[in-house]
Amino acid sequence: MTVDADYESVVPTERGGLSATFAHARYIVAGNGVTTFAFLLLALIVFVALFGPYIVPFDPLASSTGNALRPPSARNWFGTDQLGRDVFSRVLMATRLDLAISVFSVALVFAVGGIAGIAAGYFGGWTDSIIGRIADTIMAFPLFVLAMGIVAALGNTVTNIVLATAIINFPLYVRLARAEAAVRRNAGFVQAARLTGNSEWRIALTYILPNIMPLMVVQMSLTMGYAILNAAGLSFIGLGVRPPTPEWGIMVAEGASFIVSGEWWVALFPGLALMLGVFCFNLIGDGLRDIVDPQRRT
Amino acid sequence: MHATVARLFAAMPALAGVIVCTFLLTRVLPGDTATYFAGPTASAESIAQIKAALGLDQPLHVQFVRYVTDLLHGNLGQSLTTGQPVLKDLLSRLPASAELTLFGLVMSVLIALPLGILAAVRQGSIVDHICRVVTTAGVSLPVFFTGLLLVYVVYFLLGWAPAPLGRLDTFASPPPTVSGFLLIDSLLARDGETFRAALAQMMLPGITLAFFALAPIARITRASMLAALSSEFIRTARASGLSSRRVIITYAFRNALLPVVTTLGMVFSFLLGANVLVEKVFAWPGIGSYAVEALIASDYAPVQGFVLMMAIMYVLLNLGIDIVYGLIDPRVRIAA
Repeated sequence: MTVDADYESVVPTERGGLSATFAHARYIVAGNGVTTFAFLLLALIVFVALFGPYIVPFDPLASSTGNALRPPSARNWFGTDQLGRDVFSRVLMATRLDLAISVFSVALVFAVGGIAGIAAGYFGGWTDSIIGRIADTIMAFPLFVLAMGIVAALGNTVTNIVLATAIINFPLYVRLARAEAAVRRNAGFVQAARLTGNSEWRIALTYILPNIMPLMVVQMSLTMGYAILNAAGLSFIGLGVRPPTPEWGIMVAEGASFIVSGEWWVALFPGLALMLGVFCFNLIGDGLRDIVDPQRRT
Repeated sequence: MHATVARLFAAMPALAGVIVCTFLLTRVLPGDTATYFAGPTASAESIAQIKAALGLDQPLHVQFVRYVTDLLHGNLGQSLTTGQPVLKDLLSRLPASAELTLFGLVMSVLIALPLGILAAVRQGSIVDHICRVVTTAGVSLPVFFTGLLLVYVVYFLLGWAPAPLGRLDTFASPPPTVSGFLLIDSLLARDGETFRAALAQMMLPGITLAFFALAPIARITRASMLAALSSEFIRTARASGLSSRRVIITYAFRNALLPVVTTLGMVFSFLLGANVLVEKVFAWPGIGSYAVEALIASDYAPVQGFVLMMAIMYVLLNLGIDIVYGLIDPRVRIAA
């Protein structure tokens, strides 16, 4: 997040292309422990998501009523819940589902929103008006409330959580891609591509898209955190994921009733996992923005 | 005045879009509405009968006209769980939600503005670091999780707050309804006891919402104050020997206020959504928990009514922000 203010002058500018970007990235990482930390955290999260089922000490679904609501101990690191299930195992298992929901929804909105935005900015005219109107209509709703409505209408499934999360992020991607594509629609390299006989769609996808990719990646990282929060919020109010499936939001919801009687561990650990996940993606987003778009730093 | 009317018309497409959207959402309901109303033992004829009665056998545009006519008559359908018209249910629960949201918003603005200003004026100081930590935490912490943490620490461990169950504990008697806002009504009735009880109940959910809304406001205040402070008119004001208080408040802050007001639109979007989660955590009897209860009971008319009402309120709020924006910035007024 914070980098020495004068780093731009230190970056070797003579080298072009990938190696300069790489050197720049290395410089940022060296000067910014926070981003490095965030990437290490991401590696940990991905590792747990991939190998969670093989490293959990207990079966996350196996209940043992004689062992219910035990506080954290050497045996159950995060304690046990009301059915005697091991909270640590459940938190680890949930990583895969939460990460999958956000990855799929961000990939979906990147593909649809990004291309729609490029089309709007590059072609202009009625394409622009229609896509702009759709984005405006979505923005006219409070976003979480719209997500609730969509999941309620389409049906209470995980797929629809992914879809709803993608839809509420659609305007963000459209606006970003539209603005960046509109700036470049008559840039020199685009005119050259047009002159050599490329079709309009080919220009949009092979010339414009790669140029706005870095900004889109920053956006994707920032929306990953938001997507995790959104999905967890929806399952907290009972939409999408159903018990006994381990998922962070629903685990916090299940633990909520025990908070008032002092059994804090049932809700705390899934909540902390949720926070770490969101925190990690926000930090990476900020760090990547420093690399890609230093002027936007706040 | 002219500009205000123009803005009112500018909000129309958004409103129309919202209505079309909610109409489409009602048409893709899980399963068949008629089958649902008829119950599990209904025969094919009675389903067809209900379909005709609800107008579901008509073409889509006829159904849309019917839907809009119903809306204009304030008819949002019946709730199956409460047996009441949805609009009546929503209106009776709206003050609880509105009071909580406004309380949270006012609290967050009162904290976020000074925090953002101080962080910008004393860049790199301890206040700046606090500001950074608070804004990062505010963005990363799920709002329902913050609420539960507060309940655990302040209610269970410290015992400072009453049980997180609703707007008033069962021993207090609610004041006569004037505005529907318990804090205002109890003050009007000169009932200090009830006022304290209502305030005590509102503290934790209010702080939860405020903490959530704090992050974007403080962040944008800091950023736009930094931009304002480095501009030339500030240098001139300083060079003219004005007191730093006057430079910061009168010159810099008034100019920095514009992006802050614009961000309020986004903050409202977050707040209205977060409200649903906070109401569930604190068993707050507002429209959010009403919609959640209806969702769990698969009672869809209240959910649709809730989504529509929230969307209309949000459009109106944005309209209000636009108008305030025009009042603060004379350039916008002249351009309109």
